[in-house]
Amino acid sequence: MRRHVGFYLAAMKMSILEQFQYRAQNYFYMIGMIAEPIIYLVVWSSVANQQGGSVGGYTAGTFAAYYIVWTLVRNMNIVFTPYGWEWRLQHGRLSAELMRPIHPIHNDVAYFAGWKVVVIVLWLPLAAVLALIFKPSLNPTWLQLVVFFFAIWGAYLIRTMFLSLLGMIAFWTTRVGAIYELYFALELILSGRLVPMTLMPAWVQRVALFLPFQSAFYFPINALVGQLGPVELLSGLGLQLVWILVGVGLVNIVWSRGIKRFSAVGN
Amino acid sequence: MAQHTAVISANAISKYYKVPTREAGLKAAAKSLFSRTFNTVKAVDQISFSIEAGEVVGFLGPNGAGKTTTLKMLSGLLHPTAGQPEVLGFNPVQRNPDFLQQITLVMGNRSWMAWDLPALDSFELQRAIYGIPRAEFEKTRDEFIEILEIGTLVKNPIRNLSLGERMKMEIVTALLHKPRVLFLDEPTIGLDVTMQRRIREFIAQYNQRYGATVLLTSHYMADVEALCKRVIVIHNGRLLFDGGLSQLLQRFSAFKTISFSTFGTSDLGQYGEVVGKEDGRVTLRVPKAAASQVTARLLAEQQVDDLTVEDSPIDDVIEKIFSQKSAEGDLA
Repeated sequence: MRRHVGFYLAAMKMSILEQFQYRAQNYFYMIGMIAEPIIYLVVWSSVANQQGGSVGGYTAGTFAAYYIVWTLVRNMNIVFTPYGWEWRLQHGRLSAELMRPIHPIHNDVAYFAGWKVVVIVLWLPLAAVLALIFKPSLNPTWLQLVVFFFAIWGAYLIRTMFLSLLGMIAFWTTRVGAIYELYFALELILSGRLVPMTLMPAWVQRVALFLPFQSAFYFPINALVGQLGPVELLSGLGLQLVWILVGVGLVNIVWSRGIKRFSAVGN
Repeated sequence: MAQHTAVISANAISKYYKVPTREAGLKAAAKSLFSRTFNTVKAVDQISFSIEAGEVVGFLGPNGAGKTTTLKMLSGLLHPTAGQPEVLGFNPVQRNPDFLQQITLVMGNRSWMAWDLPALDSFELQRAIYGIPRAEFEKTRDEFIEILEIGTLVKNPIRNLSLGERMKMEIVTALLHKPRVLFLDEPTIGLDVTMQRRIREFIAQYNQRYGATVLLTSHYMADVEALCKRVIVIHNGRLLFDGGLSQLLQRFSAFKTISFSTFGTSDLGQYGEVVGKEDGRVTLRVPKAAASQVTARLLAEQQVDDLTVEDSPIDDVIEKIFSQKSAEGDLA
């Protein structure tokens, strides 16, 4: 346990050092990413204004809050992708990671967690500019702020586990890009990324209840922006914990089978 | 009860791959969608050997012989199709952290360090991964830096280092936790002669100082000659030879090399094949069986001085073994 803590701190530090080497690139990347929520925001704000000021309880101000917080949650959602798994298998990187007395997933979690620290620091001025332009309605309580802090890290872990699961399919198929695209399409609809989940048809909302997507996207945003009481906030965190544990369990099962298939030919 | 002294043992280990095959062209590609054919490639086929603590063993074979596959099975990266490898009393495929803590695998010409950061940062990460106490880590790190003379380089980003400099960093990183078993897969590949020698010396020093067991593959026979008393030769996935380097030369060298200085001008071709002639020093290649007779004749019939008789260079011997076995298609 002590070694794992030491490893996480060292790996996160390495990641932060690496990201600061390319701080300008990171910033341009983040600025590029805000195009998507801005489009959603403009469209839904127009709809709200045309429908007398609100859609499904969301006003232009709450839409602004939703999509500005969205930008941070989206960045927290960036994890080691299935494309990364393809690359690490094909280029021998996994061989190097397997030689260490620490599971490679720890390396992924620690490395991207370090990156998130940089992301949060870079996001703050970006959020300030967006807030000045779009004037969000955002008045969170202290409990909402605390829950939001844990929820964005919970979202990060959920997505890490489930994309690792997808990535490990590469042990059998070598390429997993197409499966990832399919997953991505489902995630877009069922996570709250496209639109707040309450604006989705009822059947979509029911289906989403049984999948991990909204715990990794909609819940963290709603925890800060929505009108959730303490019970809803804490049960949301509890559900995140359940999805993390389900993800960890599935990762362990698939890993133990997949690693036997690892051929490491030529690398 | 028999006492186990082998640090590395391979008991009839095999690794087979099922590889899809088809003819070239669109028609064959379309056909393969419905009816796939597979070949079984025997990368390693029932290899057995054992290595004692502190030994440095050269693992030789041409490209595709199965050297790297064997190393990967011994280091736990690959699951053998059959057979039982054992390293330090562990089954490598179980990847027990206590096992991984005591071994290392270095693959030449492959960088596993953070590209954009100085090596010092990667060393720190290695300290955390292996839980090396700070004082011990700093002592080992500084010692390695001094031996490899990289004190001025460890603060530069890895991307700014030459291939040889990067390889030195890789080796330091791989050995910081002072592993008991080293699997070295062509650690000097692509390096210039000076850099190769430095790395060889470093490996030799490490082996002597820590009593580490080393299994080394290399296409540079200078590495093998300098480091290994024992060699294991494999070809087409099967074991060809396991024994002393000198025994290998004796067994497979069909020729001896006779060198001498002479002031005479007579035709020396009658004694054997003249393979070198420079500044009055002549080198002859003669069949091994005739070496004694030729030597006696040279001493009796020619004005020769400073005569030496040696086995053929190891490169020639190895090349001959591989080409001979390739032509035969299997083991003799």
